[in-house]
Amino acid sequence: MANIPKYYESLNIDFKPPRGNWMDRPLNIKPGIYCYPARPEVLKKAGMNDRSDWGKYWVIEDEDWELPDDWKERFLNKMRDMLGKYRTFKIYMDICVRCGACADKCHYFLGSGDPMNMPVMRAELLRSIYRGEFTKTGKILGRLAGARKLTKDALRQLWYYMFQCSECRRCSVFCPYGIDTAEITIMGREIMNELGMNIAWIQESVTKCLFTGNHLGLQPHTYKECVDTMLMDIEDNVGISFEPSWNRKGAEILFVTPSGDVFADPGIFTLAGYLLLFEHLGLDYTWSTYASEGGDFGYFTANEVAKRMNGKIYAEAKRLGVKWILGGECGHMWRVLNQYMTTWHGPIDFLEEPVSPITGTKFENAKAHKMVHIMEFTADLIKHNKLKLDPSRNDRLKVTFHDSCNPSRGMGLFEEPRYVIKSVCNHFYEMPENTIREQTYCCGSGSGLNASENMELRLRGGFPRQNALRYVREKYGVNMLACICAIDRAALPPAAQYWNPDVGVCGVTELVANALIMEGEGPRTHNLRGFEIATWEPEP
Amino acid sequence: MGVKLSLGVSLGAVLAIVLVALVGAQVSSLQPIFGIFVPYAAFVIFILGFIYRVVDWGRSPVPYRIPTTCGQQKTLPWIKNDEIENPSSTLGVIGRMILEIFAFRSLFRHTKAEMASGNIVCGGSKWIWLGALAFHYSFLIIAIRHLRLFVEPVPAFVNGLGIVDGMLQIGVPELYITDVLLLAAVSYLLVRRLIVPKMRYISLANDYFPLFLILGIGISGVLMRYFIRVDIVSVKELAVGLASLHPTVPEGIGAIFFVHVALVSTLFAYFPFSKLMHAGGVFLSPGRNLANTNRAKMHVNPWEYPVKIHPYEDYENEFREKMKNAGIPVERE
Ligand code: SF4
Ligand code: SF4
Repeated sequence: MANIPKYYESLNIDFKPPRGNWMDRPLNIKPGIYCYPARPEVLKKAGMNDRSDWGKYWVIEDEDWELPDDWKERFLNKMRDMLGKYRTFKIYMDICVRCGACADKCHYFLGSGDPMNMPVMRAELLRSIYRGEFTKTGKILGRLAGARKLTKDALRQLWYYMFQCSECRRCSVFCPYGIDTAEITIMGREIMNELGMNIAWIQESVTKCLFTGNHLGLQPHTYKECVDTMLMDIEDNVGISFEPSWNRKGAEILFVTPSGDVFADPGIFTLAGYLLLFEHLGLDYTWSTYASEGGDFGYFTANEVAKRMNGKIYAEAKRLGVKWILGGECGHMWRVLNQYMTTWHGPIDFLEEPVSPITGTKFENAKAHKMVHIMEFTADLIKHNKLKLDPSRNDRLKVTFHDSCNPSRGMGLFEEPRYVIKSVCNHFYEMPENTIREQTYCCGSGSGLNASENMELRLRGGFPRQNALRYVREKYGVNMLACICAIDRAALPPAAQYWNPDVGVCGVTELVANALIMEGEGPRTHNLRGFEIATWEPEP
Repeated sequence: MGVKLSLGVSLGAVLAIVLVALVGAQVSSLQPIFGIFVPYAAFVIFILGFIYRVVDWGRSPVPYRIPTTCGQQKTLPWIKNDEIENPSSTLGVIGRMILEIFAFRSLFRHTKAEMASGNIVCGGSKWIWLGALAFHYSFLIIAIRHLRLFVEPVPAFVNGLGIVDGMLQIGVPELYITDVLLLAAVSYLLVRRLIVPKMRYISLANDYFPLFLILGIGISGVLMRYFIRVDIVSVKELAVGLASLHPTVPEGIGAIFFVHVALVSTLFAYFPFSKLMHAGGVFLSPGRNLANTNRAKMHVNPWEYPVKIHPYEDYENEFREKMKNAGIPVERE
């Protein structure tokens, strides 16, 4: 792992770009900023463009990349194909006026000061090639029209910066034309994917997920064991024991959540939250080991791969004969579910329009899609007084909420989680206005960038979020950052450790479960993390 | 290419147009070229080019709905959704687009981030919004005012607009507010590109060129109206002739008029091939013009195709024993 700069050094950020034209500046590759490349054999296993027949295992620093002889053609053909398939791509290539409204909106720019991290520049990297290779004016006027040819140097630069965008879309909120730079970098990534140029962290997850069912590659028995372990902890801390069902045919609801919740701290406490909530309700639901991943890292490689991974959720719902699907707390999972899923696989007529079995509420916003977000589901339960709650059990917590990028800017899920948190916690504080809701800052590690070798990038990118967190920490004594994304739960703790060491991170359902008064529960002296409720301070 | 070169080339190109027009105006045999042929050609290029570009965009489908949602989604009935920022219906989309197009809604959100003693301070900043708004609206009003030259009789609303615009009543002819606003706004947009380092970094020659061009149009127009007077009767004769497709170039209009026309023609002809097409693109931008109804309605992608999904059977075949040992149900024993 590269050296991580000290706290005070990182703050020495200069937003002023250097003089001169960016096209003349050599790429300044910094360790700690980029991720390791995908290994050819992993690509091959997934049936994707493996490089085993043409090149060596390249690294960004290598001057000489052994790309296939026809790399340029492959790139341009793919790009042409995508320009024809996506109006977004074509329009966003054409209409940017370089007004700069997006320039200081990207957390990577704010945390690094690297001018190429201004969203407009990230897009210009690709746009200049578009002009130089696809437009007449660009071909004739060349650099005068901001055009350049596709060269190996341009390719390296593209790779470096496309994988410094977490696809958070914050920039697009401010663009007068709604230009979505995330959409552009997704396209850029897909084009480079044609040359096998992806990163290991993403590709390993994709390949594991395709065959094992989840990103972590947890085999069915292991997946169940993880949940069983949590059930034992629940027995210790809550004093009740129960068993959820697995791959059960005929259950009413299939529950799908990102595997991060099953495996890593603090996500596992969100998992405990789901288990307790469903038990509290006596919900007729099942877990699946086959569709044991809600997240979709395929989305960070190519549309087709994303679809291959996502398709398992419906396939499993069909096989099990459930009525509808409930989805857990995850960011890009919901972006994919919301923006692509029905179009990919629909119409979904083997499922029913979701109706809450507890309250009878019809989820009309999920009529075609047949999948409900756990925050919608829980908010509805609370509204109908279906949960027995004791919010004082969360009294040691001063909570703030991180609007995870994807559910906010890809979906517009703002009120439900706030309503839920306020119902189960007595102390809730918002971070400053320009840093929440649709203006929320990214955790810094989304879209498959939560590897460890790029930790400096993650900490820098996480700085704006942490900076806002520090504000409420200092002002109100906030000590818990709630979120609804598994990547957040993996990414925010190291960033918080760095910038806000005494603030913990949790999922919202964990807070719900702490407040839930379970039937037959023992004296609830400890919360789900095993801390005494009366004296609980979150982990440092 | 450095800033200086981009600037030099753009400014040089505009000056060259001015020079060519000035010279052309002196030669009376060339006047029909500058007064009739060039404007017609530019207009045709503009119309055809514009249509071509929009059709070209339209040819690429919108396979997935990917609007940026800037407000609460439509969900449970007791949660108030933000129909404008996160539309759930065509009406909402129309509302969103109207605000976007007429009030520059997204630009209004603009914030400026700064570092202050180790903190990122990020606050609202309306200058760019105000500048853009002033620029576009004064341009629009000026364009409408010009109608009085092309049609006879002059429609009442055009006259009315002129009266309101000239309300300040300074000098003779009275000063139009929009003339001043336009020049001020364009200068602001230009200066901003030059003195804000971030803007200088991202600016290209094709950002400077249209600004110089419009500045040139504004200056030549103002000169013509307030300083180097042209014969307005002849101008009107030419304009009405152009509009009625019976063009003639009357004697003695004055050279500055030809400069103005040449610059305007260049703008028209340049428009479809440049970023100025944002005027058409903003209507088509899928980031803003789609309703967020992805889960409520089924949307069809014209090029969607089936993909290979790792089937459950293969999964079970691989893990059957492990699943059985763990007590997970299997399809085949
Ligand atoms: S805000 Fe939009 S138009 Fe302006 S520079 Fe950024 S992407 Fe281009
Ligand atoms: S999508 Fe997010 S990470 Fe990517 S350029 Fe925009 S603000 Fe930056």
